[in-house]
Amino acid sequence: MVQQSEAPRVIARSDATPRLELAGVGKVFSGPSGPVEALRGVDLSVADGEFVAIVGPSGCGKSTILNVVAGLEQPTRGEVRLDGAALQDRLGRTAYMHQRDLLLPWRTVLDNAILGLEVAGVPRSEARARALALVERFGLTGFIDSYPAALSGGMRQRAAFLRTVLADRPILLLDEPFGALDALTRASMQEWLLGLWDELRRTILFITHDVEEAVLLADRVLVMSPRPGTIVERAVVGLPRPRRYEMVTEPAFVALKAALIAALRGDGGGVR
Amino acid sequence: MIAGLPSTRLRRSGQWGIPGVLLVVAVALWELIVRLTDTPAWFLPAPSAILGALVHNWQLIGGHTLVTLEEVLVGFVLSFAFGVGVAIAIAYSPIVERAIYPIVIASQAIPIIALAPILLIWFGYGLTPKIIVVVLICFFPIAVNTVDGLRAADPELVDLLRSMGAGRWKSFRTVRLPAALPYLFSGTRIAAAVSVIGALIGEWVGSSAGLGYFMIRSASQFNTARVFAAVLVSAVLGVVLFVAVALLERWLLPWQHTGRDG
Repeated sequence: MVQQSEAPRVIARSDATPRLELAGVGKVFSGPSGPVEALRGVDLSVADGEFVAIVGPSGCGKSTILNVVAGLEQPTRGEVRLDGAALQDRLGRTAYMHQRDLLLPWRTVLDNAILGLEVAGVPRSEARARALALVERFGLTGFIDSYPAALSGGMRQRAAFLRTVLADRPILLLDEPFGALDALTRASMQEWLLGLWDELRRTILFITHDVEEAVLLADRVLVMSPRPGTIVERAVVGLPRPRRYEMVTEPAFVALKAALIAALRGDGGGVR
Repeated sequence: MIAGLPSTRLRRSGQWGIPGVLLVVAVALWELIVRLTDTPAWFLPAPSAILGALVHNWQLIGGHTLVTLEEVLVGFVLSFAFGVGVAIAIAYSPIVERAIYPIVIASQAIPIIALAPILLIWFGYGLTPKIIVVVLICFFPIAVNTVDGLRAADPELVDLLRSMGAGRWKSFRTVRLPAALPYLFSGTRIAAAVSVIGALIGEWVGSSAGLGYFMIRSASQFNTARVFAAVLVSAVLGVVLFVAVALLERWLLPWQHTGRDG
């Protein structure tokens, strides 16, 4: 069930042009003690409607990849292609979600959710109507008029998810969205995201340091090396969908997880 | 104000109860000591005598209060506009910051009491020199706090807006300005409390009306009770302004007062 292949399982969906492509992307920051190479020769592609997860040790430049894709940073080398086009100005083309919910404390949950639409110029009343249609699916019924300070961590993260999904951009960039949650909330949020993704089928590039989370959620998992970050292993997750949290104990799951952890540790064994 | 739960109301009454009792005890002691020791009224009038002077001269004091209030309000509004404007310029332009920020800070080292006579020479006995003194005093806390507030915006939030494709103006309106408002208000509250002092300084140096003028004139006539009455009125004026700003803050920034139980 595990193949060492770059060809994504879902590539035959509609068109062959990947939603997102990174070709030979390198990033060097100028630090206080000389230049710091964060990324080196990163190649990856995400097909339309595909869920790709990147796992890597902390400080390997995972978040830099997302910053580069979002257009907050420009790559020092290589190029980023969105729908096949190499673009310099990528701001506003993706929906970015951080580990911290980054909800505006002075806005209600509903008005936080519509932020992306608002920036895109959608009238407030229409944006609110679109948000209201999804409130129940995001478990926020009864809280739309609350301020974020009144919400639990899981709810705040779901509100941030609603803002990200609602922004209506072709690619979702998720940077350890469950990293700050406790284990129980985390597991229920993972299941919730699985269900949501089955419904919405959005293109997702997901970053985590948790191999189990990556295998449970993603179609493909990419493993990054420590700095300078580069992709050292690529694995297709052959688990059937819809997935459930109980799958984490199945032999196939455990085997893939073990192989990825070995790759992450740089054991050189690779995924067999 | 937002109607609190019984527990918050209790806490609030506890908050004001102790200083209230303390104040009543102090005033009662004052009255008692003055009466027992037969202190002459020109030296230290009893609280009852001060209240008497206030009631007796209410028309006179009221007129002077309106003059001072006008100076305070005009100066306060100007300080606010000027302070916020300069703060935005400093926060957004490194050149303006390097050029103006040191001057803003140095302006606080100038003894304004020493400056007031010069303002008198330049602008005469009218409203203008008083308003300038009020602005000199109030401008600083507003500007410095607002600069801090504009810099306090979470850089990740600013990046989030940028990743959404928001421009500078949208980002300012959506993130930087709201994040700066609590700071702006704390500076404004301080300014409100000291604004009356500015007007009084301006009036002491040279004027023909206002609470400061009334104090000086009453003192020269050894009418100490009237001096105290004017002090009381100006203190109340400062507190009322302070509370007004605090209430405005509560109304404009309801999210500041939302907890997990809210």
